[in-house]
Amino acid sequence: MEEVIKVENLTKVFNKHLTAVDHVNFDVKAGEIFGFLGPNGAGKTTTINMLITILKPTEGTAHVCKYSITKDASEVRNCIGVVPQEYTADEDLTGMENILLCADLYGIPRSESKKRAQELLELVEMTKFADKKVQTYSGGMRRRLELACGLINRPRVLFLDEPTLGLDVQTRTATWSYIKKLKEQFNMTIFMTTHYLEEADNLCDRIAIIDQGKIIKLDSPEALKESLGGDILTVATKEDDDDVSGLISKIPKVKEVKKQNSTYRVKVENGEETAPLILNALMKNGVIITRLSLSKPTLDEVYLEYTGKTMREEEGSPDMFRQRITLRRARQ
Amino acid sequence: MTEENHNSKSMFHGFWALTNRDLKKWYKAPLLVLMSIIQPILWMGLFGRAMNIGAIFTNNPITLPTHLLQSLSPEQQIELGTFFAGLKDNIMTSTFGVNDYFSFMAVGMLSFVVVFTAMFSGMSIVWDRRLGFLNKALSTPVARGAIIMSKVLSAVTRSLIQAGIVVVLAWLFGMQFSPSFTVVHLLGAFAALFLMCLGLSSLFLAIAIRSTRWETQMAVVNLLNLPLIFTSNALFPSNFMPDWLQTISYINPITYGTDAARQLLILPTIDISQLAIDFAFLGVFAFIFATIGIVLSWKFLSK
Repeated sequence: MEEVIKVENLTKVFNKHLTAVDHVNFDVKAGEIFGFLGPNGAGKTTTINMLITILKPTEGTAHVCKYSITKDASEVRNCIGVVPQEYTADEDLTGMENILLCADLYGIPRSESKKRAQELLELVEMTKFADKKVQTYSGGMRRRLELACGLINRPRVLFLDEPTLGLDVQTRTATWSYIKKLKEQFNMTIFMTTHYLEEADNLCDRIAIIDQGKIIKLDSPEALKESLGGDILTVATKEDDDDVSGLISKIPKVKEVKKQNSTYRVKVENGEETAPLILNALMKNGVIITRLSLSKPTLDEVYLEYTGKTMREEEGSPDMFRQRITLRRARQ
Repeated sequence: MTEENHNSKSMFHGFWALTNRDLKKWYKAPLLVLMSIIQPILWMGLFGRAMNIGAIFTNNPITLPTHLLQSLSPEQQIELGTFFAGLKDNIMTSTFGVNDYFSFMAVGMLSFVVVFTAMFSGMSIVWDRRLGFLNKALSTPVARGAIIMSKVLSAVTRSLIQAGIVVVLAWLFGMQFSPSFTVVHLLGAFAALFLMCLGLSSLFLAIAIRSTRWETQMAVVNLLNLPLIFTSNALFPSNFMPDWLQTISYINPITYGTDAARQLLILPTIDISQLAIDFAFLGVFAFIFATIGIVLSWKFLSK
């Protein structure tokens, strides 16, 4: 299949020492939804900003619609649509005025842009609010307006940066359905970033897990989950107990044991049947189990498997927070 | 599906759309327009009226020693009386060019509103950057220079409209137009203000082009606004200033803009050669800084 985005060794270093994106390589094929999944500060937005030509790469290059992002920036800009993370619509103008402004930036004549704006407002179910000022809009409505703005030039590739950031669950689900509708209706290629696992799982054909500027794993959500090779059994024991990893790993169908503090992540085949075996073995040896859970592979597990961290841990750590702030400052 | 055929058109199309966006935000907020007019009103009403320089001569009774008066012949006494009667007008005219200070400073107020509007033009690009609009505009094919120049044009439009309102208000407050005043003179004065604002707002946008903090812009504006006004002839003629201050006033574009406006609006006689110098200076100033603004926007608008 045709590659719409082709990225080679793309690198961005801020202020000579902060590497936000580190020699990244990937391709996005025509008509697919490609997701960048990673915690805040992983380099997602920096990558998107380079691909949409508003940030110059320090090293490496990328082609969007066969145009180089560094040499033919203007051509790239013509064939892409961008829905940024922030709400960029002008508060003092109406929804319609905002869309027409976007159209003007692409040089689309008024006769044409009015027609398109109507269509797009209908697509995102905003026709009723077209002539209301944006300051009266809710978060979900603003997001939909941004989506409509990003589509005004009928782009071949649409870039969505955290499309549901800060939205409540209902609005998020609604936004997902618009994105799916877009893909079906226009067979559009969509490149999106997210730090919501369910979002990536729900929408993306392929996912790249990105952490500290590097792509750690790239595959379809199904393949990623399968690559874990089975179910995950989490066993917590009393804190002062000895390491029982050896004991667990002797049990048949156990593929791997990882210890984190006093919690064991056990990768097993056929979890429902293996779990009782593990329980029995531990109890026979006098190990006190304080908690037990069995989970079928989710992207959450995939993420944990490849980065060694849960998403939440990452979010909360002061180091990551600091890096995120520095990155945000550098980016502006 | 792409819009390549429209690429060449997008330059002016986008330029006008962006200008219009800024202007719409302005005129749709009448309070904002009102506030920007109030400031020059306060200056004219308080400063212009309080600094009633003409009254220094008329309200101060000057009594000559009686023995001196008695030593003069009646003819000489009348001559002396006429001299003192004309003293105020003579000194005022030779200092300010007109015999009332209010008219003099009212024209300075035109420069004042233009300078203030131009200075704050840098703020709007900082806001656009912070709110993400700038990034969105940068991801469209609109010309980089158009993004900057649209800000300049909107600042120029706003300041000329405000200056227009100030002219009307000043006239209502008692500003005396020159006897030979016509609409052509008014247009000429606004042409000078146009060039001045074009240069100044390009300059302040160039300063703000990479900035992400509006606080910095506020500091720059606060630091520069009064010095720029006081080192020009907006409130006081520069040939009465000390030498070092005169030198500064001769490179301050506000001096030339104000002088041109003053000559065309209120001065009884127009010094054509000085007026030509004014326009030449303003033209070069506007051209240089507008060019700098555009060149910087190519290089520095995105990182």
